[in-house]
Amino acid sequence: MKPINVEAHITGTVWKITVEVGQEVMEGDTLVILESMKMEMPVEAPEDGFVAEIRTSPGASVAEGQVLVLLNPK
Amino acid sequence: MFKTVLIANRGEIACRIAAVLRARGIRSVAVYSEADAEAPHVRAADEAVCIGPAPVAQSYLNQAAIVDAARQTGAEAIHPGYGLLSENADFSRACREAGLVFIGPTPEAVEAMGDKAVARATAASVGVPVVPGSGGAIEDAEAAELAERIGYPVLVKAAAGGGGIGMQVVQRADRLAAALQTCRDRGQSSFGSAAIYLEKYIESPRHIEVQVLFDHHGHGVHLFERECTLQRRHQKVIEEAPSAFVQARPALREGLYASALAAAHAVGYQGAGTVEFIVDPEGHHYFIEMNTRLQVEHPVTEAITGVDIIGWQLDIAAGAPLTLTQDALAIHGAAVECRVYAEDPMKGFLPRPGRIERFDPPTGEGVRVDAGVAAPQDVTPWYDPLLAKLIAWAPTRDEALTRAHDAVAAFVVAPLTTNLAFLATVLDHPHIRAGQFDTGWLERFAKGRL
Repeated sequence: MKPINVEAHITGTVWKITVEVGQEVMEGDTLVILESMKMEMPVEAPEDGFVAEIRTSPGASVAEGQVLVLLNPK
Repeated sequence: MFKTVLIANRGEIACRIAAVLRARGIRSVAVYSEADAEAPHVRAADEAVCIGPAPVAQSYLNQAAIVDAARQTGAEAIHPGYGLLSENADFSRACREAGLVFIGPTPEAVEAMGDKAVARATAASVGVPVVPGSGGAIEDAEAAELAERIGYPVLVKAAAGGGGIGMQVVQRADRLAAALQTCRDRGQSSFGSAAIYLEKYIESPRHIEVQVLFDHHGHGVHLFERECTLQRRHQKVIEEAPSAFVQARPALREGLYASALAAAHAVGYQGAGTVEFIVDPEGHHYFIEMNTRLQVEHPVTEAITGVDIIGWQLDIAAGAPLTLTQDALAIHGAAVECRVYAEDPMKGFLPRPGRIERFDPPTGEGVRVDAGVAAPQDVTPWYDPLLAKLIAWAPTRDEALTRAHDAVAAFVVAPLTTNLAFLATVLDHPHIRAGQFDTGWLERFAKGRL
């Protein structure tokens, strides 16, 4: 199955990455926490799966729509 | 009076302080981050100093760089605006030690009011009503006893918490034990502390605050109240002065003013400050906290009293006596402030950084716009999403709301996403016109749940 692209829903900076490659996640789990305009906003898993790849790092600037994490669906 | 003042802030408030300084013939110094080199507040000042890279920790919160900038430019005083370093006791002390006047509270006043439990105890000690509750961490047995005494519903909160994490509303005694356990568990996992406290839950509250001004000689006045109930994410969106709810209840009104003055006196307050209260639907008021700084929404008070609050901050900081007297102050008309944010109300008020190509603020009788952006400009994700404040004054509340509505509708910001259309809808809503709302109204309205 094709990996799922998990994108940034806002433009901001990466405050924290809360998962590791290979980790199993459930739908709704927080993968990355973004910070924008003094707000912290979680980026959540759209469905259950395993973290295949992390394409960002803490402190990085990200644009809306940029892929942050790839998930392998179950 | 000072010859040179440094403004340790950005955006609309830095522009506004620069304008007040210019009007008084005082030289102004702006500070800015690398991301703000083209920002309007840099151009608004007579001189500007870059204090570091975009992240606030390295620029607008960089105390050493700001004090250095003041030394380098010969500034005698620093105005911190609101937010950022405005309520930072260490910065207030650092200014004092560097021989600079901090146009804000003393470190002692910040410390006395900064800790909510200490502030609550101080207010209670001078007879100011506080929300009935434990005021500190308690055991389960004490919690049950206290809940019986103050009456349900009650609110259980994680003592180390913030942002409402672990907070539980308990409607009945048989639900208390489970709520205490949940709250302790969440407190432990989120903050490493299972300590909880308990207080009376105020249903459908309003958020009302009273502006005060005190000089260095112990003389102070209040400048009446502001209605700040319309909020989202605990941040205010529309503020009014006066509050129609308060003005219709003379006992509440007098109680609020007396409580605000007593709380400020109790800490020997100097300068401009705001005492915040929660008010229940029956008109009982309870002290929440004192903000030892200028508030974002101070213009509505200026509009109804004719008092220049930033001007008085400068005079008081320079040691001048406050010549305003309570008897000479009165409310004239009504004012509404709308905060124009770079955010999307239809998507949970998510912030929306972006590009401004057009920025055309409205003009007209009784309309004031305090803006912190201009066209063309990129609104970056680094800072608060507040773009501008629109203040409308009129002889009556209804006319002020109409003026605010018409001005908001004429305000053009493009192509950046803003809350302007949302504000226009809210200002026309029958509940708002009738003064019937509480602190949850705006979020319910945005979610279509009214």
